[in-house]
Amino acid sequence: MKELVILSGKGGTGKTSISAAFAHLAPSRILVDADVDAANLHLVVPHKVFSSEAFSGGILPELDLTLCTDCGTCVGICAFHAIKDTHPPEIDPVYCEGCGICHDFCPAGAIGLKPRISGTWFHSSTAEGPMLHARLGIAEENSGKLVSMLRKRAGELGRQGEYPIILVDGPPGIGCPVIASLTGADLVLMVTEPTLSGRHDMLRLAKLCARMRIPVCLTLNKWDLNPEMAHAMEEEARSRGMEILSSIPFDTEMTKAMAAGRSLTEVSSGPASQALMQLWQEVLSLLEKQQKSSDGGLLIMESLKQETIP
Amino acid sequence: MKIAIASGKGGTGKTTLAVNLAASAPMPICLLDCDVEEPNAHLFIRAENIQRHPEGVFVPVIDTDRCTLCGKCEAICRFSALVIIGKRLLAYPEMCHACLGCMRICPEEAISPGERILGDVLSGSFGPHQLIWGEMRVGEAMSPPLIEAVQRMAPEDRPLLLDSPPGTSCPMIAAIRDCDFVVLVTEPTSFGLHDLTLAVETARHLKIPCGIVVNRAEKGNTQIQDYAALEDIPVLLEIPFRRSYAESYSRGEKLIDTDPALRKAFTGLWDIIIKKAEDQKTRRAS
Ligand code: SF4
Ligand code: SF4
Ligand code: SF4
Ligand code: SF4
Repeated sequence: MKELVILSGKGGTGKTSISAAFAHLAPSRILVDADVDAANLHLVVPHKVFSSEAFSGGILPELDLTLCTDCGTCVGICAFHAIKDTHPPEIDPVYCEGCGICHDFCPAGAIGLKPRISGTWFHSSTAEGPMLHARLGIAEENSGKLVSMLRKRAGELGRQGEYPIILVDGPPGIGCPVIASLTGADLVLMVTEPTLSGRHDMLRLAKLCARMRIPVCLTLNKWDLNPEMAHAMEEEARSRGMEILSSIPFDTEMTKAMAAGRSLTEVSSGPASQALMQLWQEVLSLLEKQQKSSDGGLLIMESLKQETIP
Repeated sequence: MKIAIASGKGGTGKTTLAVNLAASAPMPICLLDCDVEEPNAHLFIRAENIQRHPEGVFVPVIDTDRCTLCGKCEAICRFSALVIIGKRLLAYPEMCHACLGCMRICPEEAISPGERILGDVLSGSFGPHQLIWGEMRVGEAMSPPLIEAVQRMAPEDRPLLLDSPPGTSCPMIAAIRDCDFVVLVTEPTSFGLHDLTLAVETARHLKIPCGIVVNRAEKGNTQIQDYAALEDIPVLLEIPFRRSYAESYSRGEKLIDTDPALRKAFTGLWDIIIKKAEDQKTRRAS
């Protein structure tokens, strides 16, 4: 069983459209939507939800006004200014980090702790295998823990069933949910665009993957918007030890497929769809090659190099 | 006055709007790029006199001579940042949320404050305006403390325009929670609409009024406008889809330089948002 994580650094580069196409092209796989903040995969992968469960990743303090003596200790002790200096005090969940120390230091025992429900996760079925996805609650945190939980469930399912591949549609950025979606994965496919900001974000994400020692392959979406930049980025990526795969041309069919709630490869045979099929074959052979290599590492990463990125 | 530019979904044109709006501001402003994981505004605005300040956050430092291994700090830490293994107390600074609980609870005063560098806060000027942005250290998981540091650097004498990180969870909340108005940028696709609804719910939850900017608008595609009408949210501006815009973006150019007609649209947008933000400030005060 191999786990492929699709990431982009910068958001909106077509990561989810590519994940949806791969989800459709793989005859048998487990699909994970790890962009729990703005989960979109369920909009383009036809599925049936068969179970949903609340997710609690932390705690929330609860004030018992009958016990509170209004001493003000909690207001001063909360390092996150989550307790308003009113009489009696008031806890604002938007600022609360769930450290629980208000509970520990309240002399009257007036602050209880309860699990904080921060989202819901779903187990769905699709034509090609299960899909695990989630919805983080409004203004909630702990997206990293939710991502880890989804991947753990996917791993369990993978070991039980006949699924050779776990496909993970990852979150944007390089912070906590991204780290949670990367840890222990086999291969990262980085989807980026030939733009100045795409380049900047690619280099930061590459540095993170190198530090976590996960091999990376790269595809440029809409490469023809700026062929010069596309070329320069590929060279840069190659020099950092990334494998360069086929790029995808700008194609308005992409938006049409999205509007139809389908993956591009299902509804179109245009240039972008062709490119995606090619890309999928390349990714598959990379994953396979990796299985055969004895030390488990396919690509030599130019890792831990502390260069500054302009 | 503090105005945020946000979007549930990444890549809808948040930074494009932020830099173009900043460059067409009718008065000196300060642009705060709070997308500290992937800051991009400085790529479009070539700021001058750039200064860089490393920004740190509290981490516990253990004095092993004083520590009696009583385990009180391990028990109070809800983020598993302190663990006793055998005859040693180990700290995992990356897990620490800086609640200071361990330091307060330790009966031996064996824990003192140390610092871990989260990243840098950078500041510079462009024309009459200022740009402040954060750059999180690669490998660091927690962005909210750095987002707060960027906001602490903001000057008080001018309106603040804040480019928020994508999504609707902690980093985005840390950026927008005390703003007077939030401009939500979206695109007319099913993804755009879906994530816009999440962003609207978030803004409402935080009790911040919002307006919508439709980027890559197409004739005949009114899904965003229809939603906005239904929810009674103003559509402030529509930026049409043009391949030439996408190409100039790819080169790191501002839209107002590519198409000067847009400059007027952005100045007009300022008039609207200033009014909306002022209304909100008076509402808050009363
Ligand atoms: S510390 Fe406890 S008793 Fe004191 S104000 Fe807070 S909740 Fe009330
Ligand atoms: S749990 Fe921690 S962050 Fe939340 S209110 Fe209590 S002290 Fe503040
Ligand atoms: S400051 Fe809080 S989070 Fe950090 S180690 Fe101490 S108890 Fe744990
Ligand atoms: S609370 Fe103080 S004495 Fe007890 S284990 Fe922690 S550092 Fe050591």
